[in-house]
Amino acid sequence: MVEIKQLRKHFGPLVAVDNISFQVGQGEVLGFLGPNGAGKSTTMKMITGFLTPTTGTVLVDGHDIVQQPIEVKRRIGYLPEGAPAYPDMTPAHFLEFIAQVRGLKGATKRKRIDEIIEKVNLQTVLHQSIDTLSKGFKRRVGLAQAILHDPEVLVLDEPTDGLDPNQKHEVRTLIKAMAQEKVIILSTHILEEVHAVCSRAIIIAQGKILADGTPNELEAKSRYHNAVTITLKANMGQAAQIRQSLSQLSGVYKVDILSEIDSNLSYQVFPEKQCSIIGEISQYARNQQWEVEELHVDKGHLDEVFRSITEDLSESKHR
Amino acid sequence: MRGQQIMVLFWRELASYFATPIAYVFIIIFLFLSGIFTFYLGNFFARGQADLIPFFTFHPWLYLFLIPALAMRLWAEERKTGTIELLLTLPVTITEAVLGKFLAAWAFTAIALVMTFPIWVSVNYLGNPDNSVILAGYIGSLLMAGAFLAIGSCMSALTKNQVIAFVITVVVCLAFILSGFPLVLDFFSGWAPQLIVKTISSFSFLTHFNAIGKGVIDLRDIIYFFSLIAFWLFATAILIEMKKAD
Repeated sequence: MVEIKQLRKHFGPLVAVDNISFQVGQGEVLGFLGPNGAGKSTTMKMITGFLTPTTGTVLVDGHDIVQQPIEVKRRIGYLPEGAPAYPDMTPAHFLEFIAQVRGLKGATKRKRIDEIIEKVNLQTVLHQSIDTLSKGFKRRVGLAQAILHDPEVLVLDEPTDGLDPNQKHEVRTLIKAMAQEKVIILSTHILEEVHAVCSRAIIIAQGKILADGTPNELEAKSRYHNAVTITLKANMGQAAQIRQSLSQLSGVYKVDILSEIDSNLSYQVFPEKQCSIIGEISQYARNQQWEVEELHVDKGHLDEVFRSITEDLSESKHR
Repeated sequence: MRGQQIMVLFWRELASYFATPIAYVFIIIFLFLSGIFTFYLGNFFARGQADLIPFFTFHPWLYLFLIPALAMRLWAEERKTGTIELLLTLPVTITEAVLGKFLAAWAFTAIALVMTFPIWVSVNYLGNPDNSVILAGYIGSLLMAGAFLAIGSCMSALTKNQVIAFVITVVVCLAFILSGFPLVLDFFSGWAPQLIVKTISSFSFLTHFNAIGKGVIDLRDIIYFFSLIAFWLFATAILIEMKKAD
């Protein structure tokens, strides 16, 4: 288990991370979201012991990163941003080096390295210098390095940044496969990724935690949450009346026009807070014998939640 | 501090010299220049003496620009490629990392020095030198190389820019050489008390290197070089701790 306790980091007058506390347990994949410069990387650098916190600390399995850095570093696998690796080395030599530093020896070491090479598909480039590898392969070398010693905790700073869609999918599959037995903390600014791999997401901006919950919980904060999109065929003349009757249904907050072209009418209906209005609307449509072509409920948009949360903050600061 | 971790870092670093042209370029230039210096500038043959004094005399000057070139990448490169973040989040301490890297660079200069053995063979072929004096010369040269490297390691930790690291290292090393030079000492001896002149000269590489080169291995000269190395490596560790995130 990883416990982050009142973590704070100053760079001169700049407060990069401002009193952050949270806990992550085994089996959780925590996604760290936030705009650039929000403090994601700084937090991860403190968790992995690269940066020393100004105040506060991180406990990994009860070991304190400030007091017992080596104990903590042993338990963590870390993929720094951009997956740095020694460019002159080949992946084979590089992984051998990492295995030695991690204290793996003899047959176990051999076996472990072979397993990992297989797992991240490095066979074809093993003896090519890392310098000459494509971005995707470099990232895989970085991942291999991070999971080589089968750490309890994995910290991945933008693991899929700059990869093509297939490579992204591969990395996510890999992460999901390991999720059960590990604590995984990853940062990203790709919101679809949160849905794809994370069981929990934390949004941070200007060094503070603004939201913490499952991806679904975060989506529920969206104004699109439970909004209903309805498309139907009707005369243009009836449009006004249809809008009117939709907005008078119980629980409906307002109706937005998506399009009213030819005889295709499309509306987005927003509920009052937390209400579900899909039942009401479909019932009404059936009663009125509307020619409904499309009817669906929005779960909410993470990017919209992200934007509204992080923008609120910067606006309130400017005022 | 764990020897095992230092050795792992040591071997990786040493291998990295040979993975790039650096090792070969360095060794070839070193051998070539030390040859030229010894035979042309040092009048190796014309002197008609069986010793390696003309060979060792030029080492401080050779080191002055070769060693900073070797040392400048030690930490600056780790910074530039971002591997410093990888290195310092592995289960190693900063002290272990500083020592492992330094010892690798030092071992590399030892290899370069060993490669000069033909000159030792020739002098033994041509005459009857005192080989213990020659051995002392080699030990002195290696110790001096270590001091140059430790300074270079510190300057390399100071900046991401290898050119800057190179230039500052040359300047600091030059100061350490010149402080034993008559030119500098004469400037002080006119007015400064004897004690100060002695102190300045005692800081010089030349004073101690020449002392060892005479074949007398004085513990004080050894201590001088080792304490210089220790001091600059300590400074390296502190600088990295302070500036690792820059």
